[in-house]
Amino acid sequence: MNSETYLPSARDFEPTVSESHVEQISRPSLSYWQDAWLRLKKNTRAIISLYIIIGLAFFTLLGPVLWQIDPALQDLNQISQSPSLPKKAILIGPYQRWSGVILDDFPAEPEEYLDTIPAPDNIRIHDVATTQRVRLVWGPVEGAGGYNIYRNQRMPEGINDLGLPLGSTLGGNEVSYEDRLNLEQRQYFYSLVPTDGFDESDSYSTLEVTPQLAITLDKAKNRGLISEDSNDLGGKISLEFHPMGTDYLGRDMLARLMEGARVSLFIGIVAPFLYVLFGIVYGGFAGYFGGKADAMLMRFADFVVALPFLLFMILFKIAFGIGPGESGILPMLLALVLLGWPATARLVRGQVLQIREEGFIEAARLLGAKNHYLIIRHIIPNTMGVILVTLTFAVPAAIFTEAFLSFIGMGVAPPTPSWGSMCNEGVKTMLSHPHELIFPATFISITVLAFNLLGDGLTEALDSRMRSKE
Amino acid sequence: MLMYTAKRLLAGLITVWFIATATFIAMHQVPGDPLMNDKAVSAEIRKNLERKYGLDKSTTEQYFIFMGNMLQGDFGISFTQQNRKVNDIIRDHFPVSATLGILAIFFAAAGGILWGALTAIYRNRLPDIIIMFLVILGISVPSFVFAALGQLLLVNINSLVGKSIIPVAGWGTISHMIMPSLVLGLGTMALLTRLMRSSMLEVVNEDYIRTARAKGLSPVRIFFRHQLRNAILPVITVLGPQIAAITTGGFVVELVFAIPGLGRYFVQAVQQLDYTVIMGTTVFYGAFLVLMVIIVDILYGFVDPRVRLK
Repeated sequence: MNSETYLPSARDFEPTVSESHVEQISRPSLSYWQDAWLRLKKNTRAIISLYIIIGLAFFTLLGPVLWQIDPALQDLNQISQSPSLPKKAILIGPYQRWSGVILDDFPAEPEEYLDTIPAPDNIRIHDVATTQRVRLVWGPVEGAGGYNIYRNQRMPEGINDLGLPLGSTLGGNEVSYEDRLNLEQRQYFYSLVPTDGFDESDSYSTLEVTPQLAITLDKAKNRGLISEDSNDLGGKISLEFHPMGTDYLGRDMLARLMEGARVSLFIGIVAPFLYVLFGIVYGGFAGYFGGKADAMLMRFADFVVALPFLLFMILFKIAFGIGPGESGILPMLLALVLLGWPATARLVRGQVLQIREEGFIEAARLLGAKNHYLIIRHIIPNTMGVILVTLTFAVPAAIFTEAFLSFIGMGVAPPTPSWGSMCNEGVKTMLSHPHELIFPATFISITVLAFNLLGDGLTEALDSRMRSKE
Repeated sequence: MLMYTAKRLLAGLITVWFIATATFIAMHQVPGDPLMNDKAVSAEIRKNLERKYGLDKSTTEQYFIFMGNMLQGDFGISFTQQNRKVNDIIRDHFPVSATLGILAIFFAAAGGILWGALTAIYRNRLPDIIIMFLVILGISVPSFVFAALGQLLLVNINSLVGKSIIPVAGWGTISHMIMPSLVLGLGTMALLTRLMRSSMLEVVNEDYIRTARAKGLSPVRIFFRHQLRNAILPVITVLGPQIAAITTGGFVVELVFAIPGLGRYFVQAVQQLDYTVIMGTTVFYGAFLVLMVIIVDILYGFVDPRVRLK
């Protein structure tokens, strides 16, 4: 017998360093998400969409910091302007009444009625033609008892094409007219038709006028365009710059698009996030516990699905009510969450039912895992892929719903802009000022497109069937 | 089959009851009331009006009256339109919306199946790329933009021809219906095209197609009898929910094209807080949609014999 006893030392209890001498021939092990990310990166369309979404986020969050124009500020000098470089305007004084030109040495009533009264000649502009007023003066015509003044936006092609009747003067000697009707900085063709006091003559003469953009001194001072003490009448200054034009109230489109992006994207992202979260809890609960609870919960979800979506969106929205001065974003958010959750709940339930039967759940249970541990550690992470895809597709749907409701006037309350309500306003002036519709519509379309393509990419990247194929 | 139909109809009835109850509850949460709308009325007149419409009773009582009347198919009298019955409003204007919806669904389904099949045949070639690009546009552009563009197109066509061949707005003749229903169906058409394409591509790899080919069947026969018929199934499944989307999506198209459909009346009623009209149209629409989904599900059994066995 070996009497020598072995005394264990501390060294014996140190873990051995395992050295693997076998050469490893395999690619590095990748987690599910690393693998999905790699495959998503190969999808050019999805990556471009991702960049677009990041760009939109910058536009929304940083935009108002860089572009500090109040979206509610009305620039009435520049109404419905197309996108352009900064405009120059001349400084003028406040409007002053003009008594016009009435000739003393010419009869007001025609002395004899002529068959054809000749067209007035020598039409000219009195003073400078500005968008504040255009003053016309002309030479009197023999036999005229008055003149009718018309304005057209193109060269008249004949006596029946003179355009908008502006007014008339009631005497052959009253040879001036002042036009202050919605003048813009564009070409106008003023036509004069002499009358004998009752009937129009067949002759007319036309003058082409392009009024200058004008702003009164007081207004320019009020808006901070010039210093308080400056008195540079007739001088030129630059008006506010509207790179994307202005809307029908002269509000800056770029600032409004940014503000609208906040509203649209806020509703479009927060609402799906909330209802997907609720759907996960609801569906996860139903799927995990199964049985009677599952049947009851899913029955209720079926009922909610059967509600006509848009009708109930409108109903719920008005049921939550909009107080004076509120934007109505919160009611819309609530209505979306109330109606949107069942789809996610169903999906998550199906997933949970499937995962519950998997081997690794059984194994974890054997190791003594409790319910909440199983749900948090195993079941939810395994449904994340499907949930992420649902979330990506839910965003464009919510943006569409918001735009749709705002378009029919049931969305956010003015003056809060959203892309949908901007479209609603833009449609009315679609023919004359298309940019007011095109910009918000393009923003909606690009956002929806980007989220859809990203969703497609994610579906492909996260699909485990695709994974085994490679 | 009969058992299945009966079961589905019963479930549908319960769903309609749920919709009606939800509508009732939502309506009674709305702040303000329809009687305060245009002019201030004296307390006495107000009392009389409340009695006329049953607003003086308790909410529970009102609920049972509403349910009782609804069971008899009576939705009550409109608050804002001088004694007009809600049933009359629905009868007058729903056919317009339904016609528009049916035409749109028809356009969407026919177009979706046709384009989807085409893209699958010309996979990754020019026609496929062009059509799929248009599909992406169709999914991403909101319907009101299409409606506006459609009107613009009609204006241009009419001014080019010199007279009004296709009316820009309104309702009445077939030529009135073309553009609105096309616009309304466009989004769904894009969706169905995508679905049809992926479904076609999946079916091509199935064993029965290979078998059919091995048997020496003509490609045309394989395409129509085997591939197309099997690929259509998923398209029919989504048709039910899509009918819902199209009929309610008609609001915008009705608004833009000035079509006297039920959607426009609903929006108007909401603005005027016309309780009875809102409740009536919502319940009616809900019941209609439930019925549609049931019909599509039953039809599905006829198209796919495998479903009938279950």
